[in-house]
Amino acid sequence: MIVEFGHFALILALLVATVQVVVPAFGASLRDDRMMRVAEPAAVSQLFLIAIAFFALMYAYVTSDFSVANVAANSHSTKPLIYKMAGVWGNHEGSMLLWVLILALFGAAVALFGNNLPPTLKARVLSVQASIAVAFLLFSLLTSNPFVRLIPAPSDGNGLNPILQDPALAFHPPFLYTGYVGFSIAFSFAIAALIEGRIDAAWARWVRPWTLAAWMFLTIGIAMGSWWAYYELGWGGWWFWDPVENASFMPWLAGTALLHSALVMEKREALKIWTILLAILTFSLSLMGTFIVRSGVLTSVHSFAVDPTRGIFILAILVLFTGGGLALFALRANTMQSGGLFQPISREGSLVLNNLLLVTSTATVLVGTLYPMVLEALTGAKISVGPPFFNMTFGPLMVPLLMALPIGPMLAWKRGDLAGVTQRLGFAVLAAIVAIVAVSAMTHRGPWLAPFGIALGVYVMAGAAIEWANRIKLGSVSRSEVIRRATNLPRSSYGTLFAHFGIGMLVVGIVATSAYQEEHILVMKPGQSLAVGGFDVTFAGVDTGRGPNYRSDIADFDVKRDGASVTRLTPAKRLYDAPPQTTTEAGIHASWRGDLYLVIGDAQPEGGYAVRAYFNPLVRFIWLGALIMFIGGGISLSDRRLRVGAPSRSQRPVAVPAE
Amino acid sequence: MTRKQKRGVLIGGGVATLGLALILVMFALKDSIVFFHIPSDVLEKGVKAGERIRLGGLVEKGSVVRGQGTTVTFRVTDTLKDIPVTFTGVLPDLFREGQGVVAEGVIDGNGNFKADTVLAKHDQNYMPPNVAKALEAKGVKLGESAHPDALKAEAP
Repeated sequence: MIVEFGHFALILALLVATVQVVVPAFGASLRDDRMMRVAEPAAVSQLFLIAIAFFALMYAYVTSDFSVANVAANSHSTKPLIYKMAGVWGNHEGSMLLWVLILALFGAAVALFGNNLPPTLKARVLSVQASIAVAFLLFSLLTSNPFVRLIPAPSDGNGLNPILQDPALAFHPPFLYTGYVGFSIAFSFAIAALIEGRIDAAWARWVRPWTLAAWMFLTIGIAMGSWWAYYELGWGGWWFWDPVENASFMPWLAGTALLHSALVMEKREALKIWTILLAILTFSLSLMGTFIVRSGVLTSVHSFAVDPTRGIFILAILVLFTGGGLALFALRANTMQSGGLFQPISREGSLVLNNLLLVTSTATVLVGTLYPMVLEALTGAKISVGPPFFNMTFGPLMVPLLMALPIGPMLAWKRGDLAGVTQRLGFAVLAAIVAIVAVSAMTHRGPWLAPFGIALGVYVMAGAAIEWANRIKLGSVSRSEVIRRATNLPRSSYGTLFAHFGIGMLVVGIVATSAYQEEHILVMKPGQSLAVGGFDVTFAGVDTGRGPNYRSDIADFDVKRDGASVTRLTPAKRLYDAPPQTTTEAGIHASWRGDLYLVIGDAQPEGGYAVRAYFNPLVRFIWLGALIMFIGGGISLSDRRLRVGAPSRSQRPVAVPAE
Repeated sequence: MTRKQKRGVLIGGGVATLGLALILVMFALKDSIVFFHIPSDVLEKGVKAGERIRLGGLVEKGSVVRGQGTTVTFRVTDTLKDIPVTFTGVLPDLFREGQGVVAEGVIDGNGNFKADTVLAKHDQNYMPPNVAKALEAKGVKLGESAHPDALKAEAP
């Protein structure tokens, strides 16, 4: 009964969303207040109805109602409660329901918190937002209905893929989707602005918090996915340039560019048309990511859908919104008043460089991701594009970006003083040189470029710190003045500090672990030892154990460092009951220096086990860096929340041409 | 700087960056893409020894020899032709006889395939789409495919 209620609520949500598309849009063009105001209750009730549908499905999962086909296919009565709940989005139908739920959540948030928006803009934004909801609700109801009943109901379900039964992965999709779908707001604002035919700095102020929120969640969502792949899949790697990873990484890159260009627009009223285009492209990449993951055109850990009608449906949605958005852009962009120009060496100039490099690198990732599909469609040749491609194309583009990163925030708006900034960055350059020397002294293998890569990360971290020190005049004024300045510094400055520092840390982690990973593959018998990454690892033997819904072979390793016991690691192989499938559980000892990572393989006929042992230096810096970036976004957002009410059209700063 | 010059710098910078990216992409595509073949293709079309390819097919029943330390040998078949494969490392959890597999590596002068990466799929009914398509093109009949969750193992 509750399930039917959920199904009904989802259909009602479609009707409400349709009303929300049509009525406010007419209202805005007729300047009819009552029609425009329909958008707000519609957005809120749409959220309410989709939430009912979502929780109805969750109820079916929690109560293990196997008469629902979706539950029977993806759940099992013995599964732990948290994975029953997470199981809702661990499959295609349920994850699409989560998608529309988050879409509605953002729409309702604009309706509730966008009080300072001009009424016509708000009505149009909510109308466009609802049109996306209509498309995806139709997709859900017509091709991916999670509420279909199964008669007769099976006595138990098929179970959730065991590799998905994991805490990090349980929360990975909601974060990732919040990021993906959050960019829909930037898209809706862009389309609404194109329909309105005007755009100003206030527009950027409204769009930026939403984009920042989406960016934050996408950052942490990608990091969680990478963290999960690292410890759960047992390959010792953390990023594979897999098409599905790229699908989430491309909107992240474009979204990062959008954040920065919106900054220029907000402060200087420049790059207006470019920002609009970027907003359309960023959400288009999110849609394309959904298409890649959900259509089954690609094979990967995540692609569940194999039904071609779904692929065609999502492709149609993609073409409609991307094509429609770009067509509208082509029609209206030239009617918009373009912003002022500026000196190449200036804050604006550095942000343009940032955008140029981020968008170009997005394009290279796009080429690498789509090329195999296009080639196969055209010639039938089957190829794969792997990490070497991305290292060769994406890598070189990141170097100038990272080199310019600390310089940009120190340049003044309009006209910067490059020589002065270089002088102030002297300490960062010194830190980088020290890093090159130190890394070269400590290592005796690995590519010659690696110390320079680490130095680049150190330089970015030091640059972020110097920028902060300069702002609070550390060292040049009294201590109480420094503290006063540090407390008075706007939170968004701290956001920049954290985000840029996090990027530097991420780079250090990536280079260190890629260049200096130590790997051993060998057969170990009980009592044997292995030296890896400064640890002495002794294999004690293998025991069998039983978990809630699996049986496992658990190996026992004693880890020593300089003769002193450090820890015991217990990598395992699990055989799940439903579906019957084995998974590898890595044994990981984390330290600041790096991770010791052990995996066991097959038992050998003459005794012993195949063992893979890794030492991944500084690998934690990768996720820690991403976490710091996430926190930076949060700090910045908390600042903006106070200011979000500030801009109104009358207070808008008058654009000053650059000359 | 005049307005025209500023615009020039902007456009010049954009064109230069895109040009650089284009050159990088062209070189990378030339050097780093890997073609996919099934055993019949490899034997009929004559893939050069030392060329890096992805070999797809089924793990031939009864062909898997383990227990030579960390090296495993097996044969990949498309039911018409088959190729012996050696792999050093820990195989993915889902590697099984009779199941679909994709191995990446190079073929040596004696027709042996040395794989450094092995991809297997977790569902017992699953067939990698590449393999399925290629086999169907050869007239080999296959069952339903489902749930393409890939897992991968890599050797150093």
